[in-house]
Amino acid sequence: MIMLWINMAVALAVAVAMALMLSRLFAGPTLYDRVLATNSFGTKTILLLLVYGVLTGESAVTDIALLYALINFVATIAILKFFRYRSLEIALAQMSLRRAIGGGDDE
Amino acid sequence: MTPDALLSLALNAVSVALLAAGVVFVLAGAIGVLRLPDFYTRLHAAGVTDTLGAELIVIGLMFQTGWSLATAKLALAGFLIFLTSPTATHAVANAAHRAGLKPLLSRHQPAHPRLRAELEAAKKSEAENTIEAIETADKAGKPVRTGKGRAS
Repeated sequence: MIMLWINMAVALAVAVAMALMLSRLFAGPTLYDRVLATNSFGTKTILLLLVYGVLTGESAVTDIALLYALINFVATIAILKFFRYRSLEIALAQMSLRRAIGGGDDE
Repeated sequence: MTPDALLSLALNAVSVALLAAGVVFVLAGAIGVLRLPDFYTRLHAAGVTDTLGAELIVIGLMFQTGWSLATAKLALAGFLIFLTSPTATHAVANAAHRAGLKPLLSRHQPAHPRLRAELEAAKKSEAENTIEAIETADKAGKPVRTGKGRAS
């Protein structure tokens, strides 16, 4: 019984941390502050889902957390790549090749 | 007290200790991201504490679930966070650095002598520009603009 309350306290603390991260997401002066806050918010979402899954004993919530961990990382890299190259079409390996040749205008 | 109850109590105690440590790290990271003055310091607060706090919370939850499928899933989630969180932090830092975002060295004066000399030279040229602007404005008979910034 007491473990239930402790898990709920952990969930509450993670939710508070998420709220703080959300305020930085809205207030961040640069793009990179926002990307950082988004990534950290996603990590805390994963933690909240894991705690909720253990709290209620539902195994499916943990699966959602796993999926969210993968999507969070890919989304962060995709946002950074888009705002650096203004395109998601070309692979990063070809971008570095183009830069080596000297035809790119990304620098 | 039976041995089973004792084991359960010990597991719960370890779990509570790990969860408390993880919550402290997560909250410290969040407050640091909110309050630190510069992007790179915020990155330091978020990147370092997020990884450790998340791992501590995941391991603390693993002590509660015992040997089951949920433990394996928790271990997998912790492994993913352990791999992706520092990589994402590094990617954000690298992108900001390549985009030319300069770190805040000091609130008042740069620590490096060369940067300090550059700052002094910039201040000097700005003052000269202002004096020139005032003189040209006097010659033209226009009212003198006060305040900072480039007068042109």
